[in-house]
Amino acid sequence: MNQREPILKVRGVDVAHGHTPVLHDVTLEVGLGEIVTLIGANGAGKSTLLMSLFGLPRVARGQVVFAGQEITALPTHRIARLGLALVPEGRRIFPAMTVRENLVMGGESVNEMVLERIHGLFPVLHDRAGQRAGTLSGGEQQMLAIGRALMGRPRLLLLDEPSLGLAPLMIRRIFQALREIVVEGTTLFLVEQNANQALRLADRGYVLVNGCIRMEGSGAELLDNPEIRRAYLGGH
Amino acid sequence: MNAHILLQQLVNGVVLGSVYGLIAVGYTMVYGIIGMINFAHGEVYMIAAYLTAIFLAALTLLGIQSPPVVILMVLILTMAVTALYGWSIERIAYKPLRHSTRLAPLISAIGMSLILQNFVRIAQGARNQGIPTLLDGGVRLMENGPEQFVQITHAQILIVVTAIVSMGALWYLIQGTAMGRACRAVQQDRTMAALLGVDTDRIISVVFVLGASMAAVAGTLVTFNYGSFDFFIGFVTGIKAFTAAVLGGIGSLPGAMLGGLVLGLSESIFSGFVNTDYKDVFAFSLLVLVLIFRPSGLLGHPEVEKV
Repeated sequence: MNQREPILKVRGVDVAHGHTPVLHDVTLEVGLGEIVTLIGANGAGKSTLLMSLFGLPRVARGQVVFAGQEITALPTHRIARLGLALVPEGRRIFPAMTVRENLVMGGESVNEMVLERIHGLFPVLHDRAGQRAGTLSGGEQQMLAIGRALMGRPRLLLLDEPSLGLAPLMIRRIFQALREIVVEGTTLFLVEQNANQALRLADRGYVLVNGCIRMEGSGAELLDNPEIRRAYLGGH
Repeated sequence: MNAHILLQQLVNGVVLGSVYGLIAVGYTMVYGIIGMINFAHGEVYMIAAYLTAIFLAALTLLGIQSPPVVILMVLILTMAVTALYGWSIERIAYKPLRHSTRLAPLISAIGMSLILQNFVRIAQGARNQGIPTLLDGGVRLMENGPEQFVQITHAQILIVVTAIVSMGALWYLIQGTAMGRACRAVQQDRTMAALLGVDTDRIISVVFVLGASMAAVAGTLVTFNYGSFDFFIGFVTGIKAFTAAVLGGIGSLPGAMLGGLVLGLSESIFSGFVNTDYKDVFAFSLLVLVLIFRPSGLLGHPEVEKV
C-alpha cells in the first residue's frame, strides 16, 4: 500500500508509564511526503506514542528508525536535531518569552527565509513578534507551536491534537495551514481525536485502540468504514 | 536620627546588598532551572575566599605586585576554579538524582555543604585566615569634624562597581544570547526545550557554572575588603543570600538582585539604629515574614502548577 520510502518506521514497540503498560506491539510507517494520521479515543496512547519517539519515555521493546537511522536509544535533543519536530499536546509554548524568541527556539540558527515563510503562513506571529507568548489566544498559541516546530525545517512534523480546545473557525484555519505545509513538501504525522478532519487531510490512517493498532487504511477507506464512523465520527 | 549615621549605613547597606545579590543569583537560577535549593552554594562562596588567598599568594610569589593587575587576575582565576567547583558539585551530587524524588537532591545538597566545609577545615585548618590589605583608604563625604563624616572606602567602591558590572554581564548573557535563551527555555519547560534540540544537561551545568562564578566574585571582593575568613563563613552568608533570593522572588533574576539590595540595606539600617547583635535575627525574621505574607517574593510569580 505504501510504496514511498519510509522516513519513520516504528517496529513492534511496547511502551509503559512506570509499571503501567500503555502501548503494545505497535508497528507503523510514515513515507516521505505522506500525510499519515493516527486516530483513537482519549487514553488510547496516542500522545505516549509520539513522546516515545523522542525517548520520553523510552520504548521497553521494539525499534524506532528515523531517516534510516535507529533512534531508539538516542538522547531526546539528538533525536530532535535529526529533523523530527513535535507540536505537542497542550502546545507547550514558552509563555514568558516573546513570540519571536519562541520561534527562534525552534531552529538551531535563525533562518530568515524560513521565518518569512512561517510569517506568511501565520501573519499573526509577525504582528505579535515582540509580545509575550503567554498573552496569545489558544489558537494563536497553536499557530506559534506549529511555527516553532517548522523553524528547524523538519523532515517529519508530528502534531498532537492541534485542534484540541479550539473554536471551529480556528480549527479550519489550522487545517488550512497544514495543507499548505504539505504542499511545500513537509511530511506530516497527525494524531487526532477529531477523526473527521484528520482523515480528510490524510493519505493513510491508523486506528489505535487500548494501546494496539487495530486498523490501517487510506483516509477515504477509514472514513467509509462503518465501525470507524460509529466509534470516532459520531455516525450511526 | 543622625543624618551621618543614616548615610553611612546606607552606603554599608548597598555594599552588603551587592554581596548578597551576587550570591543570591546562584540560588535563584538553580531553583529556576531544576526546582531545588542548592544548599552547598554558600560553601562555594567560602571556597572562593580561600582561592582568593591562594592565588594572591601565588601571584605575590611570582613577583606581580601592581594592585589593579593582582585584583583582576585573582578575580578571574578564582572565578574559573570556583566555576569548576560549581560544575563538579552538580555532576557529583545532583545529576545522578535528576529523576529521583524532590527531597533527595536537597539532602544531597546539605551533605555536599558539610563535605566542603569539613574538607576546607581539614585541608586549610580551622583557624581564621587572612590576607594583607591591597586596597586601603577611601573618600570622606560631608565632613563636619573629626567624628562627623560619611566614609566610602575604595574597597567598597570596588565591590559595588564589580557587582554592577558582573550582574550586567550576567543579564546580557541570559537575555541577549542564544545560550541564555536556551537557559530560559529550560527554566520554563525542560521537556519542551529537549524536544527542540536543547541539551538540557549541558544547560543545567551552565547554570551551575554561572551561579558559582557570581558567588566567586562575591567571595573575592569580600576577602579583599575584610581580609579575614574561615571555613564557616559560607553558612550564614549563604543563608542570608538565600533569604535575599526568597525576598526578591525565588526563580527571578532581577528579584535576586533587588532582594539582595533590600536585605543589605535593611540589615544595615537595623544595625545602625537598633542593635548590631540582633541583625541576623532581624534578617531571618524578615525571611519568615516574607514566607508568611508574600511567599512569591517582591518580583516572583505565584507558583502555578504545570499540567
